[in-house]
Formats: sequence, C-alpha cells, structure tokens
Amino acid sequence: MGGSAGGCGDSSSEDKAVKLGDEPHVLAVDDNLIDRKLVEKLLKNSSCKVTTAENALRALDYLGLGNETLEGTVSKVNLIITDYCMPGMTGYELLKKIKESSLLKEVPVVIMSSENIPTRISQCLEEGAKMFMLKPLKQSDVVQLK
Amino acid sequence: MDLAQLQRQLVDYKTSLYHEDFLDEQFTQLQELQDENNPDFVVEVVSLFFEDSDRLLNELTKALEQQSVDFKSVDAHVHQLKGSSSSIGAQRVQKVCIAFRNYCEEQNVEGCLKCLQQVRHEYSLVKTKLEFMFQLQQQILSAGGSIPM
Repeated sequence: MGGSAGGCGDSSSEDKAVKLGDEPHVLAVDDNLIDRKLVEKLLKNSSCKVTTAENALRALDYLGLGNETLEGTVSKVNLIITDYCMPGMTGYELLKKIKESSLLKEVPVVIMSSENIPTRISQCLEEGAKMFMLKPLKQSDVVQLK
Repeated sequence: MDLAQLQRQLVDYKTSLYHEDFLDEQFTQLQELQDENNPDFVVEVVSLFFEDSDRLLNELTKALEQQSVDFKSVDAHVHQLKGSSSSIGAQRVQKVCIAFRNYCEEQNVEGCLKCLQQVRHEYSLVKTKLEFMFQLQQQILSAGGSIPM
C-alpha cells in the first residue's frame, strides 16, 4: 500500500547530492498541526523522507537561509511544500526567499491553500512555484508530485 | 451483541454520519492513509483535532469577551479551525466556520457570538459521534474481529 512505481522525484537530479537509493527528502511547512500530520503521512506513504516546520522562519533556518548562509551544514531537500496562509511570513514570501537564494532556487516549491483564489495562484506560479494545490490534500495530489 | 452484529452496527453508524454530513469524503481519505505500520493513524489525527479545537474554542471565547474585539485574531483562530475540520472531514463544523469568518469580516460581534455557539454545538456533536464510533471499533477489535470499511 502506498508503494507505487517511481518514488517522489527520482535520482536524476544529480546536482542535488542525493545518494542513490535514498528516499527524496521533502520539507513540509504548515502552521496547522493537523495539516502537518496529514501531509507528513501522505508524503511518507509515497516513500518520501519528511521534515516538517511550523512556520516559514523555522523552514528558512532548516534550509540554512535563517540568518546567514551556512554552507556545508545545510540539509538537502528535494522538494518544499508549504501552506500559503501562515502567521508572520506567508508561503508566498517564503517562496520568494527560496527563489532568491543561489543555494536553493532550483528546489521545487509547491504551495498549498484552502482558498481557491486565481490571483493568488497566478502570483505564486509567476514567482516560480512548481505547483499550487488546494487543501485538503489527498493521496492522489501527492502522487502527482512525483 | 455478537461480532457480526457489532460490525453491522458500525457500518450503519458510519453511513449515517456521512448521510447527515457530520463526515465527508475527506474522512474516507484519512482512513485510506491508515496502514499496518500506522494502525492508529485516524484515531491519532482525530485526537489531535479534538485537542486543537478545544484550545481554539477557548481562545475564541476569550477573544469575543473582550471590550474591544480583535477581529483579526478571531478570524485567525476560525481560519485554523476551518482548516483542521476540513482536513479531517468534519463538514458541519467547517461550514459554520465559513459563516463565522464572514461575520469577522463584517466585524459583527453578535454574528460571531452566534457562530461560536453553533460551532461549539457542531463540534460537540461530531466529537461524541466519533468517540462512539472509535469505541465500536475497539469493541470489534477486542472481540477478535476486523473493522469493516
């Protein structure tokens, strides 16, 4: 159950220092506890290694963009999935920070939101988001990410 | 009650919850995420939902008791409750949250208080029903049976 053909992303991204055979590493950012638990399970069911962060600042710290660039100690992630509406820094602002970073701009970023607002969606896609997903997420949504 | 009767009761009960919109398709999604490695996943997530909702409802009560209501704060809490109820499939709770947010936008205290009462009511109903459903499931498992899906 959950183990379908292909993993979540594959090892063709040789620049990302993904050891062959390792599961893709996803960073999931959401301020809602239940949603964090849900997205974590969805991703684990798709054979991904998951790290969760409860807000954008924590996510940036984890990615090494917190206060200064911490080269060499940055955790490699293959995908970032983030909620749009978060207190403090929004998912959109987080997306911008990631795309501005020479270190991380190649990492695909997926934005999730419970609200279907076309201008919000196009704004995120224009800023470089790989995909925009409507919450609540289902297994079929996560399968799409592969 | 024998095992077959218990299982029957569970199926009927679950069906009624869907029929009456206490639960929706998203709850089914949750159940499908459960597997042998995480046999308690649904109970865990729903328990988190209960804890989180209790907290949010308390915050909402406090916020709406203030002399000068901070509607941004109220809206933020309702947004959270709407999100989590949606994520577990608690449809009736989610629906009240939508109306609640509209009153926040209008800065309508009375409307908000009405919604708070409604959301407490719907939450209490779905909580009782889910707890009963989990109890039935536990009885079935204890009797050596499996949960019919």
